[in-house]
Amino acid sequence: MTDTSAIIAAMQAEQTETDASGHGINAEEWDRLVTRLNRKPNLVELGIYSVMWSEHCSYKSSRRHLSKFPTKNKHVIQGPGENAGVIDIGDGQAAIFKMESHNHPSYIEPYQGAATGVGGILRDVFTMGARPIALVNALRFGDPSHPKTRSLVAGVVAGIGGYGNCVGVPTVAGETEFHSGYNGNILVNAMAVGLADQDKIFYARGATPGNPIFYVGSKTGRDGIHGATMASAEFSEGDEDNRPTVQVGDPFTEKLLIEACLELMATDAIQAIQDMGAAGLTSSSVEMADSGGENGEGIGVEMDLDKVPQRETGMSAYEIMLSESQERMLMVLYPDKIDVAKKVFEKYDLDAEVIGMTTDTGHMVLKQFGETVCDIPVAPLAEDAPNYDRPWVEPKKRAPLDMTTIPEPEDYGEVLLKLMSCPDMASKRWIWEQYDRHVMGDTVDSSQSQGNAAIVRIHGTNKALAITSDCTPRYVAADPYEGGKQAVAEAYRNLSAVGAKPIAITDNLNFGNPEKPETMGYIVKAIEGMAEACRELDFPVVSGNVSLYNETDGIAIPPTPVVGGVGLIEDLDKVATLKGAQAGDVLVLIGETKGHLGASLYAREILGLDGEDAGPPPPVDLDYQKARAIDASSLFDRPELNAMHDVSDGGLLAAATEMALAAGIGVELFSTKGTVLSDVHSMMVTKKPAELTKALFSEDQGCYLAAVTPTAEILQFMSAATSRGYENSYQIFGVFGGEGILVEGALNLPLSRLREAHEGWLPNYMSSVDA
Amino acid sequence: MKTAVIVFPGSNCDRDAQVALRQASGQDPAMVWHKDGTIPDGTDLVMVPGGFSYGDYLRCGAMAANSPVIAQLHAHAERGGYILGVCNGFQILCETGLLPGALMRNTSLDFVCRPQQLKIESTNSAFTSAYGSTSEISIPIAHHDGNYVADDTTLDTLEGEGRVAFRYVGNPNGSARDIAGVISENGRVLGMMPHPERAIGGHEGGTDGTAMFESLMAAA
Repeated sequence: MTDTSAIIAAMQAEQTETDASGHGINAEEWDRLVTRLNRKPNLVELGIYSVMWSEHCSYKSSRRHLSKFPTKNKHVIQGPGENAGVIDIGDGQAAIFKMESHNHPSYIEPYQGAATGVGGILRDVFTMGARPIALVNALRFGDPSHPKTRSLVAGVVAGIGGYGNCVGVPTVAGETEFHSGYNGNILVNAMAVGLADQDKIFYARGATPGNPIFYVGSKTGRDGIHGATMASAEFSEGDEDNRPTVQVGDPFTEKLLIEACLELMATDAIQAIQDMGAAGLTSSSVEMADSGGENGEGIGVEMDLDKVPQRETGMSAYEIMLSESQERMLMVLYPDKIDVAKKVFEKYDLDAEVIGMTTDTGHMVLKQFGETVCDIPVAPLAEDAPNYDRPWVEPKKRAPLDMTTIPEPEDYGEVLLKLMSCPDMASKRWIWEQYDRHVMGDTVDSSQSQGNAAIVRIHGTNKALAITSDCTPRYVAADPYEGGKQAVAEAYRNLSAVGAKPIAITDNLNFGNPEKPETMGYIVKAIEGMAEACRELDFPVVSGNVSLYNETDGIAIPPTPVVGGVGLIEDLDKVATLKGAQAGDVLVLIGETKGHLGASLYAREILGLDGEDAGPPPPVDLDYQKARAIDASSLFDRPELNAMHDVSDGGLLAAATEMALAAGIGVELFSTKGTVLSDVHSMMVTKKPAELTKALFSEDQGCYLAAVTPTAEILQFMSAATSRGYENSYQIFGVFGGEGILVEGALNLPLSRLREAHEGWLPNYMSSVDA
Repeated sequence: MKTAVIVFPGSNCDRDAQVALRQASGQDPAMVWHKDGTIPDGTDLVMVPGGFSYGDYLRCGAMAANSPVIAQLHAHAERGGYILGVCNGFQILCETGLLPGALMRNTSLDFVCRPQQLKIESTNSAFTSAYGSTSEISIPIAHHDGNYVADDTTLDTLEGEGRVAFRYVGNPNGSARDIAGVISENGRVLGMMPHPERAIGGHEGGTDGTAMFESLMAAA
């Protein structure tokens, strides 16, 4: 028998400042809490305040800076503030998407941490009425030689696959990088994209008083209690003992929940809906109450916790409210629809209970065993949450990388092999072959490796969404403002490179401890750089997530603001990918390289420069980005376009090599062997320069490579292109053919050797054991 | 041709099957929820789709094989109806005893999703007739438990009776004798791990699955 009186006594016990400190609430926040409440809180109330005011839920360190992001353009239906962002994709349909991190739990328990990250982001999307159609993940692990890295990779990949494959949503794109800066804190960022009809979008807001609060999905257990608080503090040695705070995922139940929710959403039963994510029943009920009312004035909620389906016996109100058990949703129903809703959930054998009512009191009132265990005003929980202006210092500018003292490499072939097989560039096939990329039957192109955006057809149409995730942490570390711009610009470029019109982004800002002014400086400048790019490119932020305190024993991760971009393809007959080059195609360079090698992959992998010495990242001229995207886009109307790829890590040579590997056809640079060009068109051919390293490996921003059948018409089109104020819209950079990568007098490497090196690194790494 | 797709809790290729059958037959298949247990009268072809029925939390397909609709599936088979089980559907058909053998965990222990070359072993079956003289096709696979096993006598019988429909070219999961799909004694039930419904055009899976649905339309 549960001793209910002992539980009630513990729940109702008045808490002290010391208790609050144990909950991560500092002295200033305690004062604020006691002032607002006009008394000291009891245990349940303190628990609720602690999670709502945690960094994870309140964004207290980043909120004032996040407001710098542009959040609107003519496509945006819903920007930040709801479960996910919503954009208009025409024909009465909407794309709904968001990215979210599960960094801390994934380090402690990689399989479940990553799996529940996928589950959580899916719920954010289908909560709004969307059927999820694509998953993306951005992963960052420690140095491959670090003893934990291999098992973390194995666990995270298995977790992502285990969840996504079962739930039946294709994992279509992603990125995976390795750096010693992530040895103590890996990053697992998951993005979900869904599709909905614009007249069937559901929000957390809008609940009115007097309606039933409906709990559906899995039962509540003791797992994940205080997960949000864990995600708001630094790690230190021994934190693996936090394993019980990591939740356990059940993708089967999630699949049932998706089908049941979408089935109920087809009726007019739901007034407001919120998934139970971080801080579970607490944040979902507080957020619905806070944004409730016809004009968003806020409402109250009263819940009887005895009605909450429970997995374990003897759970206290505190545990029920703070549990992060997965696969649960909270809805406010219209009163006459309870039976309709119950019937749908019965079909899927899911728990579904009315656990309370919305009220007009503006208070959250919780009862357990007939006693009131919490009675607090809702508004201060969300709106009066701390909003800090953390002190920050301007990150130091780096001196330019001086290449004059650095000799050209002796063997360009060795350089290329080394680049293509370095952990960041090597093929991630070992990872993405463990993900179901084809379920739902609409994956036109899954782009898992270093490719462009993935292409997912909008079901039943000839339109598609292009989806990408991007960030170059070494640029952000070198200059957060330019690096922030670059992350946005690269997403824009990756979408443009498949023929999509870039529409909007979600972001996942991963940084260290914001209470350190140096780290805060990176946060502020990266946000400002991203915001500048979003504004100039008309590419607003519609949703996002901030993950701070990615720091262990005082060492922070490299600053990693990941951008998830979504674009629209109006006509699937006009797309290209990095595959598809034909023998005899000319390799066309859109944009130009100025030889910027600072903070490049070449500098890090070949010259061994990682840090101050590597110099500043390539500057990002946003007007130039726009102009080059137009140059690239204008080829998509032409039948001669066979393949397109954006130029990023490793520069032109790496990009050309990736196209050659994907097509299984070699390429010779600075040559048009076998093609007959008129005098005019010959002027477009790039001559082999003296400083070959700069031409081949520099990472100047805004460039694309295209494989084009050299008809007279397209050559004419390209040579006549007015260059939008810039020189050389299109240059002919080489020709496809043969079986290797060729630069006369400098490089002759068979594709087979490159493929072996490029494809071999990860499987070899994963199958080897530490000595 | 009248078709139906059985939907179990955790099925996730049911819509893909629906699209493929609609494309091939010009008519919408009946979507049969497992609890209802009713396959409409006059159904010629039942598709048991891929996915993770009951989460694969027990042996893959074991729980689905005990669902109310299975009695109807047996009756359909006894009437000589056509059945196509793909991936989890293949696992379910083995669990129900409609096909011999079982699917074990891939020898790599990892889930594997990739385009897969298949050799067509039986070109005159109801499922493969439209492939004509084509001997090799590419159909995507996506499974964790696709390692086909059966005792030698059963394997010999399957081979002897021409009931191996497809073999892998480059075995991805350790299946006995590279078997990718098997046919029932009466030639009307096919179970296979690769996904023909993911190879019907317009996407990454290619178009090599189309002829299987054409074969079936011609058979009924």
